[in-house]
Amino acid sequence: MKQATNNEILKIEKLKKYFHIGKDKKGPIYVRAVDGVALNIKYGETLGLVGESGSGKSTIAYTVVGMYRPTSGQIMFKGKNIGVEASRRSLFSKKEIQIVFQDPGSSLNPRQTIEQILALPFRIHTQMPKRQFRKKMVELLEKVELSPDYLYKSPPSIGGGEKQMVAIARAIASNPSLIVLDEPTSALDVSVQAKIINKLIDLQKEMNLSYLFITHDLSLMRNVANRIAIMYLGKICEVADSVTFFEKPLHPYTQMLISSVPVITEEEKKLKPKKVISIGEIPSPVNIPPGCSFHLRCPYKMSICSKVDPEMIEFSPGHIVRCHLFAKLENKK
Amino acid sequence: MKTKENILLDIKDLHVWYRVYSGYLKVLNGVHLMVREGERVGLVGEAGCGKTTTMKSILQILPPGDFHIPQGQIFYKGQDVLKMSFKELQSLRSREIAMIFQDPTAALNSVFIIGTQIGDVIKYSSAFAENEHKETIKEQSVKALKEVYLPDPERMLINYPFQLSGGMKQRVCIAMAISSPRNLLIADEPGTSLDVTIQDQIHRLLNEIVEKRKTSIILITHSLGVAKEMTDRIYVMYAGTIVETATPEVLFKNPVHPYTKGLLASVPKISGGGIARGIPGKLPSYLHPPSGCRFQLRCEQESPICSEKSPPLFEIEKDHLVACYLTQR
Repeated sequence: MKQATNNEILKIEKLKKYFHIGKDKKGPIYVRAVDGVALNIKYGETLGLVGESGSGKSTIAYTVVGMYRPTSGQIMFKGKNIGVEASRRSLFSKKEIQIVFQDPGSSLNPRQTIEQILALPFRIHTQMPKRQFRKKMVELLEKVELSPDYLYKSPPSIGGGEKQMVAIARAIASNPSLIVLDEPTSALDVSVQAKIINKLIDLQKEMNLSYLFITHDLSLMRNVANRIAIMYLGKICEVADSVTFFEKPLHPYTQMLISSVPVITEEEKKLKPKKVISIGEIPSPVNIPPGCSFHLRCPYKMSICSKVDPEMIEFSPGHIVRCHLFAKLENKK
Repeated sequence: MKTKENILLDIKDLHVWYRVYSGYLKVLNGVHLMVREGERVGLVGEAGCGKTTTMKSILQILPPGDFHIPQGQIFYKGQDVLKMSFKELQSLRSREIAMIFQDPTAALNSVFIIGTQIGDVIKYSSAFAENEHKETIKEQSVKALKEVYLPDPERMLINYPFQLSGGMKQRVCIAMAISSPRNLLIADEPGTSLDVTIQDQIHRLLNEIVEKRKTSIILITHSLGVAKEMTDRIYVMYAGTIVETATPEVLFKNPVHPYTKGLLASVPKISGGGIARGIPGKLPSYLHPPSGCRFQLRCEQESPICSEKSPPLFEIEKDHLVACYLTQR
């Protein structure tokens, strides 16, 4: 994990993002949204980032695209540090990293036509004369299976799934290499979700894209992501490839998440760890509990858990977990 | 068929239209739904298919003046809800049926403390009408809050909704619904706005309450997994019509209606295997719905008869009804 490999498109190291929210006698109060996160994405890979609301997964997404400036830490994109806000980034890195938001109803301007929405990336990122835009835009719409007459429609007059398709078309317009997908289907129905996800997978193959896929839906992750990272209160709990992740979940929180997923087939039922019953709720990121942040909800709690924050341990190649249960095993070896 | 006694709620051929500027939105188009005593019924469908409209018409809490019910009957314990007087309706709402809404933040009034809101529910339900002392009401509120496993219920009573998390608010809403004995609970997507671990907790709580109190429950959800784990019988709804109903075992093993099949295939599974292509097309316009079967435009097996007459529910086996002409071929 530590050694530098050059097949990584994005490498996040010790990323921290604190939000200042006020002051008391002891000093300023911060919301520790992201607290020392390390992640990497390889070329052409989909990394799934899963967590409950308030775990900081969207903050990571926004920091990667430059909507926030990180408090500390590095974001290495293709070997260059881009850990600053977007206004200080090079045009190239802005062209290369795009984002699709959760709610297409609010991420597309309702007063613009689709034509105006799709023209913006061309105006900024290409030197193309204006009259060639239209041809390019029709090509884009074809890519997401919309007919050319959508150019003259406006977002409120089309359905939710189609809006998300337009948002995807806008994201791929600048020919990026990394797309951050921030819960792209959680506002949509399953039959529409299936369509969008399949389109995203097709586009990934066609354009050799890398995805940072953020969601709270674990069963969706199983089918989309190559690797999955679980986040809890601003920290990564476990990273593994998606098959190992479901077959051999290590962290108690991961087990709790998987056992909470409602399933429909017998095959899936077998995968569910039975023991871990979910208790409690995610604490506020203002008062993160000392030690391991999960210890209040953990069924395997030990005395060390409330005192010492566990380290990241590589349990098996590519399978990283942050839990005292496995630190012990490591020491015994 | 079943005797009348153990059927609690029976909706027959319900049509509900909403009035808009350009005409009527014909939302419900002949809904048939039946709940037996002590039964857990799931109602599954995509957004905008009329699940909530059906539930609201049971309680008659549709937006006043904007709706029109051209035909249909809703029998609750043998009495037609649509013909009830205002007083009868009030007693139905306060004593017989309770509803748990999707978004607990919107369901609770943010300017009143929890104690007032639960207290009001208890005060207006008949069970404690004779001795509506403040102390009794408080006792009952605490009891209800304890039953939903809220920590420190006495202190909870003087909290405002904004001081609680989403999961706790939903627990308060459930406490309000069960604060007096009810025969039917309607849970409108109780876990949708919550995280998966909290959703699991809420569902386990509901299951426990239903089992302990032997009440019937209608669980509305768009997640087939939730419906499978929580219910005895599932209704699948599409564009204002019930397209299929069966027990979970039958429905997931042997779906018949093309829509049910497409919906089941679209659900991502934690055992992997990719995702099917989804269902092509979108919901028909309610303003000008197609005549006949409302699924015909998205159906791959449509035939001329589909556009002539909307298919009635054909019985394939006991408790397995399908509204599709395919079953008759």
